[in-house]
Amino acid sequence: MSARSARPADPAAPAAPLLSIRELEVAYAGRARARGRTVIHGVDLDLAAGETLALVGESGSGKTTIGNAVLGLVPVAGGRIELAGRDITRLRGRGRRALAREVQAVFQNPYGSLNPWITVGTTLAEPLRAAGMPREQVRGRLERLLDRVHLPTDALTRYPAEFSGGQRQRIAIARALALEPRLIVCDEPTSALDVVTQAAVLELLQELQAEFGVAYLFITHDLAAVREFADRVAVLEAGRIVETGPSRTVCDAPEHPYTRRLVAAAPVPDPVLQRQRRAARLAAAAGPTPGALSPATPDSAA
Amino acid sequence: MSSSPTPRRRPRSASLTANPVATVALVVVALVAIAVALAPVLSPYGSNEQDLAHIFEGPSAAHWLGTDSLGRDVLSRLLWGGQPTLLGVLAAVVAFVVAGVVLGVLAGTIGGWVDALVSAVADILMSLPGVVLILAILAIFNQDLAPAMIALGLLGSGSLVRVVRAAVLAVRSELFVSAAIVSGLRPGRIMARHILPTVVSPVIIQASLFAGAALAVQSGLGFLSLGVHPPEPTWGGMVGEAAANLAKAPWLLTVSGGIITLVSLGFALIGDGLRDADAARRRGGEVAAPRTVAAPAAPAAATAAAADAASPGATGAVLEVRDLVIAFGGRPPREVVRGVSFEVRAGEVLGLVGESGSGKTVTTLAALGLLPPGAAVTSGRIVLAGADVTGADDAAFRGIRGRRVGLISQEPMVALDPLFTVGSQLGDVLRHATDLDRRQRRARALELLAQVHLPEPAAVLRKYPHELSGGMAQRVAIALALAGDPELLVADEPTTALDVTVQAGILDLLRELQAARGLAVLFVTHDLAVVADICDRVVVMENGEIVESGSVDELFARPREAYTRELLASTPNLVSTT
Amino acid sequence: MLRLILRRVALSVPLLLVVTAVTFVLQSLIPGDPARSLLGPSATPEQYEALRQALHLDQPVLVQYRDYLLGVLHGDLGRSIFTGEDVAGTLAVRLPVSLSLIIGGTVLALLVGVALGVMSATRGRALARFVDVFSLVGGALPNFWVGLVLAAIFAVALGVLPATGYVPFEFSPALWAQSLVLPVIALSLSGIATIAKVVRDGVQGAMAQDFMRTLRAAGVPRRVLIWKHALRNSSVSLVTVVGVIFVASLSGTILVENVFVLPGIGSLAVTATARQDIPVIQGIALAFTIVTIVVNLLVDISYALLNPKVRVS
Repeated sequence: MSARSARPADPAAPAAPLLSIRELEVAYAGRARARGRTVIHGVDLDLAAGETLALVGESGSGKTTIGNAVLGLVPVAGGRIELAGRDITRLRGRGRRALAREVQAVFQNPYGSLNPWITVGTTLAEPLRAAGMPREQVRGRLERLLDRVHLPTDALTRYPAEFSGGQRQRIAIARALALEPRLIVCDEPTSALDVVTQAAVLELLQELQAEFGVAYLFITHDLAAVREFADRVAVLEAGRIVETGPSRTVCDAPEHPYTRRLVAAAPVPDPVLQRQRRAARLAAAAGPTPGALSPATPDSAA
Repeated sequence: MSSSPTPRRRPRSASLTANPVATVALVVVALVAIAVALAPVLSPYGSNEQDLAHIFEGPSAAHWLGTDSLGRDVLSRLLWGGQPTLLGVLAAVVAFVVAGVVLGVLAGTIGGWVDALVSAVADILMSLPGVVLILAILAIFNQDLAPAMIALGLLGSGSLVRVVRAAVLAVRSELFVSAAIVSGLRPGRIMARHILPTVVSPVIIQASLFAGAALAVQSGLGFLSLGVHPPEPTWGGMVGEAAANLAKAPWLLTVSGGIITLVSLGFALIGDGLRDADAARRRGGEVAAPRTVAAPAAPAAATAAAADAASPGATGAVLEVRDLVIAFGGRPPREVVRGVSFEVRAGEVLGLVGESGSGKTVTTLAALGLLPPGAAVTSGRIVLAGADVTGADDAAFRGIRGRRVGLISQEPMVALDPLFTVGSQLGDVLRHATDLDRRQRRARALELLAQVHLPEPAAVLRKYPHELSGGMAQRVAIALALAGDPELLVADEPTTALDVTVQAGILDLLRELQAARGLAVLFVTHDLAVVADICDRVVVMENGEIVESGSVDELFARPREAYTRELLASTPNLVSTT
Repeated sequence: MLRLILRRVALSVPLLLVVTAVTFVLQSLIPGDPARSLLGPSATPEQYEALRQALHLDQPVLVQYRDYLLGVLHGDLGRSIFTGEDVAGTLAVRLPVSLSLIIGGTVLALLVGVALGVMSATRGRALARFVDVFSLVGGALPNFWVGLVLAAIFAVALGVLPATGYVPFEFSPALWAQSLVLPVIALSLSGIATIAKVVRDGVQGAMAQDFMRTLRAAGVPRRVLIWKHALRNSSVSLVTVVGVIFVASLSGTILVENVFVLPGIGSLAVTATARQDIPVIQGIALAFTIVTIVVNLLVDISYALLNPKVRVS
């Protein structure tokens, strides 16, 4: 499969991927006024079992759309999505529901992803019940799940409003983990959280990966988090992948001009180093006045 | 995050019972309905039992509400008259709810041409002259009220169709519905568990408001003697009878109008109460992370921090905050900022860094006199540009806001009024923050936009905020803040909502303006990497108190407090430090 | 914007068809028939047949409907089966009365409602509470009952204003105004209540927006924020509710005109209903629908003018 890829192969790409995306195209169907608009243009991605692949890009780059295409939440206009060799591109209905055992999701906003009207226990039980687990077994399974994500068992009878953002994200992770899937699409799972909480949630995700061997498609705008958390990274610009590779390599020695600009623009928490990086960035941008809106600055695209 | 779940109000308990007025209204309406239903049992006299010896009598033991022109007992007539009145309302409400919910749910879930058709039907229903059609129906059905009231419900259901459709569409776009789909739930179950429950309360709200309208129409018809057959009483008909005897017995008008008003008020209060409860419940689902009540920080640390930040009598401070305490009202008042002291010196960039709930934003809002309702400075002192502005009102801030201090905030897209052009808003600010005349103001506006490096300033002046990108909008916001040439700029998370390349551009711009104008900047952020990029000194806050402060180079190289070290360790770093 | 107007106009055609068709279809369901009820039991079969022909009742409903529509296109709304008067002419005579009432009521509601709403949003709790209670009670009081109470106080007890009757403007503007004071107040009360609440919520909501903080921090005074920015930001909901109130006033006149014995369309509607005078009711329904369509069109155009996003695109 990957050998037929049009693009120069990423040397680190897995040979027998768990998730394989080929020439993916997604278009937003025309609502009343807008005509159909292609937002993803021929994206290729491979993700091995137990691996973390980061999908990084700025707002409007289409990173969330790719995640939603994998989850079957948006219709795919062209290309193929395969899970362990099986075509899931246009899987609907019963087949898609059965896929819940293999593919799960953690969304960005832990305040919106949990139904505020029902208890945490009910929310967590839903995937298990839908997968046909007998009611008697559910309770025990839920308690083990909560323990895994370091939440007290009494959380089951509470409502989402009673939890902090970090705790809610742990609940969302527990839900994603309930069916022990092979792949979890993590869509900016920490961007709504404070830094300390963020670090703890990422640590939890790593811990669970080590334990269950689950693979993550990690969607984010934060290159620094990519470097610390992901094995490999694909950089997305306006619906196209411009660079892929091991995350350290891409972050430390970006090749594509867009990736370079992203890396250069990201500040680091070290004033001395940051002064050097800033000087280097401004020097590289030399031509235009510092701070000026040059065509190269995608300020207007934000 | 590491704290145990704090007990919080459960969303379900925020129901009608939380609103005593609405509860009373519900009880009153229910009692009236029961009394009317039991009219055969309860009413002391027959509805048409005349007693010509006792006409127009006031309330007495024999006739609690007096008698009318034919000596009939008013109370009995009210009870009997309530039957056709309330039954008519019930018929209308049932028709309203059935039509509205069925059509609304269909439009919201199926979409496509069904949606288009249903929306067109709703539009047509809302444009029909309902009451005239009711009159037509009454005429045609020979004054039979039942079809008229059912028609009233159908004709009124257009608004409910829209409400239900919008509610279904809104909840379908919620992340928790996506999560349910990904969890493998069947569509029917998602509908029953996640979508329909959220539609129930808007339906009840609309139904109770519509019940009031139906009662008005029903009693109005009665008043016009349409759809009723005298001498059988209806509430509206009794108003008509009272009107005929206005001079002789004004009391009758009070009784008949009173019962209609009472029930109608009851419907309105029930609807309002449910709406409030619903709004509170929705807010409950979206509240920010609960602030954990932290143990007071070790006094030693606080003192050390204060000693470091505070250099009393230091000259050149543009903003000086001393022992500031801010509390939110309520019992007991909740102190969100406790004993905070720092100063911003002329020409420096001071970073105020902390996580959500640390009190950093509230502190800066207090300095500008912009605390949200319910919050107040309870002790301490704020000196801004030489003036003591502690707890000052708008009048006291005249000449300070805009001229001595400017603010840029987090979300550039909502920081500008969407309904006015950039030029109009910049003009407003220049008119009050400068003494320039009209022509000079325009020139200054163009100059400001050029200074924040917006291309084609003249074109930008004519643009509305939605025509700007996030980065451009933030540049306009900076121009607004600098319009009155202040010496202090308060920047509250000015780049948090922006992409990283746009962020770099804004930080470059702030640095440039700061150097060119000798501006002091109070830079509030949660991001230590941004602090490292732009700040000279930094103050770290946690749970309303200052943990540590110092020069940026010093603090990043040698953090003294555990919390600062934890923050630093948690901040992802793009450059390998290991 | 143009699309919006075209959509409205396009929608109004089926709307008018629906209104006329509904009344026609229902009419054919009438148990008796108008000719019989007009003539009474003593009429001869010949008289009966003659009247049926005169009213075109001998034709199939579809033909009657087609004839009616053709007539409407030429401004002919038929004749009252009771008085024989031309319906269009009757409406034209009565329209000024109802329009004076409706426009007066809407303007009064707008002026008082906006003032109350803005004050209650910006002047502290006591006034806000008052507006709360006022808008609840004002919305719950039936307008015909309010009219009766006003008449009892100002006409019967104090004798300062006429209780009933209408004086045409051409005859005496002063008396015309006097005759309208009480009806306009009775009609506008619920409108005042609604507008006050909408404006209050709108201004309060706008004042809580981020951009208000931006402008306040930049030195723009509160007065400008309230009367320019907050009111402008509430204008969409205000326009919506004014449209709704205007349309609701159409129905409101039916009761208020009866209370104050004003010779408008509303009182005509009641008489016609009581007499089963279908052509008159059809005419009124058509007239009200057209007014509603025009008002909704104006509301839509205002939306477009008020919303820069629509205006630009």
